Amino acid sequence: MIPPIAKMLARHLIGPHTRKDTVTPSERALRELAESLGITAQVKLGRSLAIRAIDAGSCNGCELEIHAVNHPVYDLERFGIKFVASPRHADVLLVTGPVSWNMAEALRRTVEATPEPRWVVAMGDCAIDGGCFAGSYAVAGGAAAVVPVDMTIPGCPPTPTDILSGLLALLEAVEG
Amino acid sequence: MMGNVTLLEFLSMGREVANHRPWPRYQLDSKGWKALAEQMSVSNWEILAQWGEPAEVHVLLRGEDSGAVAVASHPCPDGSFHALGQFRPAAIRLERAIRDLWGLIPEGLEDQRPWLDHGHWGVTHPLGKPRQYDGGRHVYKFLAAEGDGLHQIPVGPVHAGVIEPGHFRFHCQGETVVRLEERLGYVHKGIEGLMAGKPILDAARIAARVSGDSTVAYSIAFARAVEAALGLEIPDRAHWLRALLAELERIANHLFDIGAICNDAAFAIMLAHMGALREKLLASNAALFGHRLLMDRVIPGGVAVDVDETAKTQLLSLVRMLRKGFKRGVALYDHTPSLLDRTTGTGIVHSTLAHRFGASGFVGRASSRSVDARKLPGYPPYDDLDFTIPVLADGDVHARVAIRMEEVRTSLNLIEQILTRLPDGAVSAPLPMRAGEGVALVESFRGEVALWVRLSEAGKVVRAHPHDPSWFQWPLLEAAIEHNIVADFPLCNKSFNCSYSGHDL
Repeated sequence: MIPPIAKMLARHLIGPHTRKDTVTPSERALRELAESLGITAQVKLGRSLAIRAIDAGSCNGCELEIHAVNHPVYDLERFGIKFVASPRHADVLLVTGPVSWNMAEALRRTVEATPEPRWVVAMGDCAIDGGCFAGSYAVAGGAAAVVPVDMTIPGCPPTPTDILSGLLALLEAVEG
Repeated sequence: MMGNVTLLEFLSMGREVANHRPWPRYQLDSKGWKALAEQMSVSNWEILAQWGEPAEVHVLLRGEDSGAVAVASHPCPDGSFHALGQFRPAAIRLERAIRDLWGLIPEGLEDQRPWLDHGHWGVTHPLGKPRQYDGGRHVYKFLAAEGDGLHQIPVGPVHAGVIEPGHFRFHCQGETVVRLEERLGYVHKGIEGLMAGKPILDAARIAARVSGDSTVAYSIAFARAVEAALGLEIPDRAHWLRALLAELERIANHLFDIGAICNDAAFAIMLAHMGALREKLLASNAALFGHRLLMDRVIPGGVAVDVDETAKTQLLSLVRMLRKGFKRGVALYDHTPSLLDRTTGTGIVHSTLAHRFGASGFVGRASSRSVDARKLPGYPPYDDLDFTIPVLADGDVHARVAIRMEEVRTSLNLIEQILTRLPDGAVSAPLPMRAGEGVALVESFRGEVALWVRLSEAGKVVRAHPHDPSWFQWPLLEAAIEHNIVADFPLCNKSFNCSYSGHDL
């Protein structure tokens, strides 16, 4: 008898899950990066980016879409981009949510723990300017209110394609 | 009389507040509130939510046998109230939060440590009488565990995966967890403060973002509370479409969590398989309803989307595809002894605790507690649909997985029923301008979401309080992990998947 796991592995390997259409780097993100990095500030990372996600106060909607880009359908790792468990292993910090005052210090320390060169990406409308949580006594604002931000990915939440195209722009800008 | 009196009989000794729908609200004086607290030790009334105002405290209650729901309120101009948490541990964190946000002191509560307030807001009691505070951060005293060879493991608020922030303090002996204590509040955004004073539709956007994974459930809860306050009847078709969206949300979350639980037992293929299924559902959401997570598709007065015959056909074929793919995933789970070995007998929640904390959702149902807001108190269209609530008694990770699997099957069936019997008509009704108070109880994938709202005549939200089921599930996680090994914590935690954002508000 063929064990069920073998059948499923075969089905997924042959199966048509992963999107074959190419995702292009976001034009808007490229412009932002040109401004924040300076056109000449290009660093060789060997076509690979390690990302550390930080939820600084999100509603968890953005996290769901980050999980989605890691699933076999969008399969982020085929581009050489992967999520890592520690800021010490990361090139990029992907910040979601408005920054709650209760998370501001943790966010600052996580950025400090990330070796240079590092880039901070504010993902989602809340991380850009606080979104619908701006103005609260408990919210500092967008990520830029607490740490320097290099690039943004708008959306509530951004779709997996938005996230991919933003990260590809970053890959393009930094690998030169 | 102790123990024999029903909830509504007991509360009728107070003064009934006018214009509170659909269930009554009674104001109790100090004596009445104290009697209520004492009833908590003898009755089986459940606390569904508890919240404050600058000089009043409210509790949403359900009489377990009769299913009657009511709000009890206690004006406390002197700034303190008799704590229900003395008799019902489920209320302890709620009352600590009431103290942080409104400055009302829960008298008699042993644990007077702050809960949501970490000393970073610049003010104390932001929703009561705010006072400037710049005394620096609070030092939080964790509960101790003492003995030979005990050590602490602090985890968080920033975790290793893509997870929300919170702090876990483990006391361990070797590999075994002796005590876990949670510290939450890191994602407190001041949602109640933000909703107050907003026009209804703006507040609805915020309600939809209390916990992103339950956005449909929160939107339905907010809409139902607003409609109750306004005395508005919405068209039948809107009720049915809401249920359609709610069941799609339930399936999407269960699929992801079942995959993620197996992944935390190092069985990654299940995450990939369930992720691919989930993606089919989310892509269909985007194509048919314009948003992958269905945010802002349910609005006060009805829904902002409709389905035509083509959409119905597409949804029905989606259901068939999901059912087939899901069956394969379940078969793999059932036939993988190494996986079952990790989930069976791990992270047990005893049914007495589940009852004591009034846990709803799959956490309750895996531990003999069959409550489901779709059945009790029930709301349309579920009273017209054919479904049963699965219940198991084992209370371990496996039972929670098994309940979720059954709920996926149930939701797929519900979607078919909804699509074949969808009534014709409009999908929304205009909101009248009227003052009133309303409360709603809605079953999210996680359990019962309660939402209370007070509206002004100008069509604005005066106050709103969303309550996440996680409030009564987080404390049970502390109990579930006891005597388990540290390495099984991710497994236990994911099998609960409590919301940080929904809890922290």
